Amino acid sequence: MNLTWMAWTLPTALFFITILVLLCGMAAWEYASPGGNPRVGILRFETTRGDRLFVSLLGSAFIHLAWLGLVGPNLWWALALSVVYAVGVFRYV
Amino acid sequence: MEKTWNNKAWFMVLPVLLLVAFSAVIPLMTVVNYSVQDTFGNNVFFWNGSDWYTEILGSDRFWLSMVRNLIFSAIILVIEIPLGIFIALNMPKKGWGVPVCLVLMALPLLIPWNVVGTIWQVFGRIDIGLLGYTLSALGIDYNYVNDPTDAWVTVILMDVWHWTSLVVLLCYAGLVSIPDAYYQAAKIDGASRWAIFRYIQLPKMNRVLLIAVLLRFMDSFMIYTEPFVVTGGGPGNSTTFMSIDLVKIAVGQFDLGPAAAMSIIYFLIVLLLSWVFYTVMTTVDAEG
Repeated sequence: MNLTWMAWTLPTALFFITILVLLCGMAAWEYASPGGNPRVGILRFETTRGDRLFVSLLGSAFIHLAWLGLVGPNLWWALALSVVYAVGVFRYV
Repeated sequence: MEKTWNNKAWFMVLPVLLLVAFSAVIPLMTVVNYSVQDTFGNNVFFWNGSDWYTEILGSDRFWLSMVRNLIFSAIILVIEIPLGIFIALNMPKKGWGVPVCLVLMALPLLIPWNVVGTIWQVFGRIDIGLLGYTLSALGIDYNYVNDPTDAWVTVILMDVWHWTSLVVLLCYAGLVSIPDAYYQAAKIDGASRWAIFRYIQLPKMNRVLLIAVLLRFMDSFMIYTEPFVVTGGGPGNSTTFMSIDLVKIAVGQFDLGPAAAMSIIYFLIVLLLSWVFYTVMTTVDAEG
């Protein structure tokens, strides 16, 4: 199958593989511990671990965009900040 | 009682997952790939990193079109949701009037978007259009081709005409599903018309209103065809919404990289706002 029209690059492939691994990990977690572990966190509404992953990924995307717009093109610090943010979301939201 | 969890049911979702993968995920992945590269055609690409994102985020053109889009969506929601509820409340609940009203409400939804644009383009013309000619005859200075305010009024009126009936139909479906026992109980309690609306009809319409708000927000935020046909984004750039600007960059200028970067940012904003709407409304619903 010729996929050259999709214009793949190594960084974008790694990005999507990471997302896929995260989703597979969440599926395995759900299989091991069904129910999604719903709870009410600091946002004061119920979230499952799927919701928390969604909030983490969406928030990380905006952290990267904000970093690009306000700081500069070096995104390693934005990535580190996103990891801290995701850990915070999974811990407290 | 302990719930029984059966994860095998998830396999039933696989066909939809495959369909969504081919219709949405793969195109989205391609857009992400384009957004970090530059091309001059012939399927040849050059790595560009995050430069297109930096360029888009630093451009006034992008922010202005986004502000226009947000204002447009806010106006649309403020007009269409209350108007849709009001019309649904006043529609007949039985008799021959029901099918007549339902068909009348469904008619605008059946018209293709570009035809709606063409109808309003002609309707608003001051030389031959009923609206434009009448307003001119009444001495009102109306010209959507030259005046940004008139262009906005025309585009908003067009959207209200086209899509309020969707809100009406959704609210009507919510209203007719309320059992008579609720109204009888309200009558015994001597509830006012407002109290019936506030404590019976509105809570019962909550679910359909959530769908209506989400659909109208997303659709108005992604509006393209109708304003493009009526105003072409003008006069100047006054009705150039994000989708129109995006098409200008992607198709008009063939700048696929910046267009892809703008698409991703656009997608993330739609995703964020839809999630906020959904979360707020479902939380209010659960608490109410």
